Amino acid sequence: MPSLGAGMETGTLAQWLVQPGAHIKRGDLIAVVETQKGAIDVESFEAGTLTKFLVEPGTEVPVGTPLAVIDGAGETAGSEVVKPEPVAPIERPHVSPVARRRAQELGVDIEALAARTGGSVNLEDVEKAAGTPHKPAPVAPAGMRQAIAATMARSKREIPHYYLAATLDFSAVLNRLQTMNASLPVPERLVYGVLLVKAVALAAKRFPEFNGYWVDDHFEPSERVNVGVAISLREGGLVAPALHDADGKSLSILMREFLDLVNRVRAGHMRSSEIAEPTITVSSMGEQGVDSVYPIIYSPQVAIVGFGSIVEQPWVVSGKVVATRTITATLAADHRVSDGHRGALFLAYLRQLLEKPEAL
Amino acid sequence: MNDAANTTRQKVLAALAGVAPELDPNELDPQQNFRDQMDFDSIDFLNFATHLHQAFGVDIPEADYPKLFSLDGCIAYFSKRPG
Repeated sequence: MPSLGAGMETGTLAQWLVQPGAHIKRGDLIAVVETQKGAIDVESFEAGTLTKFLVEPGTEVPVGTPLAVIDGAGETAGSEVVKPEPVAPIERPHVSPVARRRAQELGVDIEALAARTGGSVNLEDVEKAAGTPHKPAPVAPAGMRQAIAATMARSKREIPHYYLAATLDFSAVLNRLQTMNASLPVPERLVYGVLLVKAVALAAKRFPEFNGYWVDDHFEPSERVNVGVAISLREGGLVAPALHDADGKSLSILMREFLDLVNRVRAGHMRSSEIAEPTITVSSMGEQGVDSVYPIIYSPQVAIVGFGSIVEQPWVVSGKVVATRTITATLAADHRVSDGHRGALFLAYLRQLLEKPEAL
Repeated sequence: MNDAANTTRQKVLAALAGVAPELDPNELDPQQNFRDQMDFDSIDFLNFATHLHQAFGVDIPEADYPKLFSLDGCIAYFSKRPG
């Protein structure tokens, strides 16, 4: 059972996605694990042949418990080894996280239900199947709220945060986006959040003391820049999975991955590496009409950058007041690792990248 | 409501359901902004626009997006640009 975020002690194996005999590559999805943060698709750390399950679906086990035996190619190679039958991929039902949780509470067989509904299951389907009336309530499931509370309480308790904010001219980003999107078909158009992610990734690469983990009383900087993106779930709650290596990817690739990530997370198919590996996080408030946000660092990370909504306001350009679209970036960082001077340089570089976004 | 308008309405509702499956069309205020009613964010809107683009088979310039922020707005827009 992998550790999927700070504070996770146990997880429940919800479903196997492969069968014994399957050839597994590193990174293949092998199981669905139910945690307080919802269902997570677990990727294999090993390559080889999955020979045996050690944990049955529905079982809750502590972090660190082996879930299955995977024989490495070297160990099972030999003249007498029978080539395993190719295993047909299992059809994945499309189940929302809250539906999966509710199904567990009500004892509804989600696989059988998915077969009846044609593969897609939402909360209403589960409650209909169980004969429970649907109560529409946009409140995060109790487990999700507890997980957020535990993570945030720990961060507030253990991390000496400091905050720096900068309001910057956002019109160059929006103009660039407009130009790019004019020649793109609807499904490939970019949202400005992707430029925020790329800018933060480049700033994190230049200022390594904001990119990595605080573990065992010291800071471990990360070579890779995996930007966690805070994503609100339609049925309540929040997760912040990673866009891997965001500093080295083009905007169009990042956009494709961002869209895929948000859609998978909202459908309950977040992957274990995405939840476990962010090295810095971005939290953008979108169009909610707030000027700025003062985010809390996700332990064991050491920095998070929040962005308020886009605000049009008077702005001085070359001695003249003009109406300009602006955005306020707030850096929250860990004083055990950096100080306000470095934080100011980080924000100044972020401003430079966003006000002249040709380099993104 | 004539047949063409009714078909347009059904296509828009199907596109909405693709993004917000929990939506009850009877509770939707046709004049109110989706963002305020259903907590749409930029990715929800991108998915919605993609569904509309596929359902009506027309390109939708980004400059037209504000016309698609409500059900009535969508129906008016696609009645003028039938797919």
